[in-house]
Amino acid sequence: MATVVREAAIERRESRLARIFDHPTVLSVIFMLPAGLLLTLFLTYPLGLGIWLGFTDTRIGRPGAFIGLENYISLFGDGVFLLSVFNTLLYTTVATVFKFAIGLWLALLLNNRLPFKAFLRAIVLLPFIIPTVLSAIAFWWMYDTQFSIISFALVEFGLIDEFIDFLGQPNAARASVIAANVWRGIPFVAICLLAGLQTISPSLYEAAALDGASAWQRFRHITVPTLMPILSIVLTFSVLFTFTDFQLIYAITRGGPINATHLMATLAFQRAIPGGQLGEGAAIATAMIPFLVAATLLSYYGLQRRKWQQGGKDD
Amino acid sequence: MASVVIRDVEKAFGSTKVIHGIGIDIADGEFVVLVGPSGCGKSTLLRMIAGLEQITGGTISIGERVVNDIRPKDRDVAMVFQNYALYPHMTVYDNMGFSLKLRRADKAVVDERVKKAADILNLSTLLHRYPRQLSGGQRQRVAMGRAIVRDPQVFLFDEPLSNLDAKLRVAMRTEIKALHQRLKTTTVYVTHDQIEAMTMADRIVVMHDGIVEQIGTPLDLYDRPANLFVAGFIGSPAMNFIRGRLRRNGTGALIEANGGTRLTLPNEVPGVDGQEVVFGIRPEHLELDDGDANGAGLRAEILVVEPTGAELQIVAEAAGEQLTAVFTERHPFAPGEPVTLCPRPDAIHLFDAETGDHL
Repeated sequence: MATVVREAAIERRESRLARIFDHPTVLSVIFMLPAGLLLTLFLTYPLGLGIWLGFTDTRIGRPGAFIGLENYISLFGDGVFLLSVFNTLLYTTVATVFKFAIGLWLALLLNNRLPFKAFLRAIVLLPFIIPTVLSAIAFWWMYDTQFSIISFALVEFGLIDEFIDFLGQPNAARASVIAANVWRGIPFVAICLLAGLQTISPSLYEAAALDGASAWQRFRHITVPTLMPILSIVLTFSVLFTFTDFQLIYAITRGGPINATHLMATLAFQRAIPGGQLGEGAAIATAMIPFLVAATLLSYYGLQRRKWQQGGKDD
Repeated sequence: MASVVIRDVEKAFGSTKVIHGIGIDIADGEFVVLVGPSGCGKSTLLRMIAGLEQITGGTISIGERVVNDIRPKDRDVAMVFQNYALYPHMTVYDNMGFSLKLRRADKAVVDERVKKAADILNLSTLLHRYPRQLSGGQRQRVAMGRAIVRDPQVFLFDEPLSNLDAKLRVAMRTEIKALHQRLKTTTVYVTHDQIEAMTMADRIVVMHDGIVEQIGTPLDLYDRPANLFVAGFIGSPAMNFIRGRLRRNGTGALIEANGGTRLTLPNEVPGVDGQEVVFGIRPEHLELDDGDANGAGLRAEILVVEPTGAELQIVAEAAGEQLTAVFTERHPFAPGEPVTLCPRPDAIHLFDAETGDHL
């Protein structure tokens, strides 16, 4: 008799356990736990450590002490840091504008019926598949004061008399690295926008043509609004990538001349690693976060499903 | 409003010719349905009228004006697409007013015409919704509204009902027909559904493999199909066919079908002795032997009984062919039972087995 009761109790406990595990909330938490742990370990820890270091005076080889906002206060009086913020904003804005203008233009071209379409698309992707450092070195060579192929070609055509000092003058250097970044960033924009363009039903264009729309009006009233959702996603990513760019600058100018091309990322690295001021470098890197959050929020609200995308079925 | 004249029109995609010289005269205010199986070229022809496809040969005129080289927007035609092609980012109101806006029409004019069209189509309460928030039938009506607002010379419909469920399709069919009766705008309507063609058209153009098989009023095509293709395509359930050889002995005629089945025909039927023919009879023209057939009927075995309520449909096998018969009376049929089916003498069709032409 007693064993029967005990067995019944075990059964009841088992069934309660089973019910708990069957509960969708519990179940989803259990399934998400491993991924959550990994994210915490590999994303949050380095980020948290970086932010923490920004509040200390850590140097390489010497554990630092908590110094509050001192790093930030000194940075606000630091001309080089302020210049790097200006450079970063300029670099991001100008490069993004050009990447989108040329990328959209290329996407529209590639969306037409063209001979060798697959081949042309592959060519457009080339800058994207070459390692950044390799292409940066190629640009460095092209911008060289003595061996620049650009200067050489212009001289040969008789357009200029002497070689251009691409990387020796602040504004020329800024323009040069921006050009390199644009070259490298176009494929991403062009291919993403091309994918977006291909989701637009051709019958919309036909309907618009019958409604009396010219090619420009079709672009303005059909292409742009229907492409907007994907455009804003691509814009967000492009801004984030450009804002945090490091490789191109470091390989081409290392921030020179006279800090004219120092971005926040390169300055943070230079202060922290070669300069040994880990705390200050971390503070510079942390100072990028508000900008990035602002950019993300902006596109988050821009990205929110527009009213016309809501409700109903997808067809 | 305008007439549409299609003369010797041809269309080739590269070296593949899909339309081989088509001629159709569509009168002002007429409702013409282009019908045919998939790939017969009916949509391509419609798109050529709209200007969305180049014309390879021949001419298309809309209201006296040859439009071959005129851009779609200058042809003054409106088209309703199969997938509706509503602008997803515009409200119903903006969708309908888009063409007027492009023409820089006065805001008050746009408002008046959109509201009038919305009124006709029962869309007045939906004007501020987006296409995604509408049901299939509502989207269909918005697509029609977009066409109406422009008050074009010709309406073009490209299989507009094929994305709707069966019940809605019947309802929209009626709506489109009523709309045409009200607006009297010349309409060219493409469908693969012969019921749609029969119920809506003033005249039907049956197309097949890039040529016109027959043009005529719905009942014309039904009662006097020009060939085997039209006979088999128009009508549901489809016409029954029995292949055989025509025999005449001076006083009578009969058909020798496969397996020695003989079918007596009235003496007046055309055709010569020994000719290979296809005998055709519509399902509702097969009658039950009431005893005075004298062996003239077709002895068949019932395979399937399909009551629809209004009618009773049976599928039976005779002369190696499956025959469908439809009765308005409710007979107590059962599968496996023998039955004798007598073709109504005045409803018999004979086709030349080689050319397919009606004799």
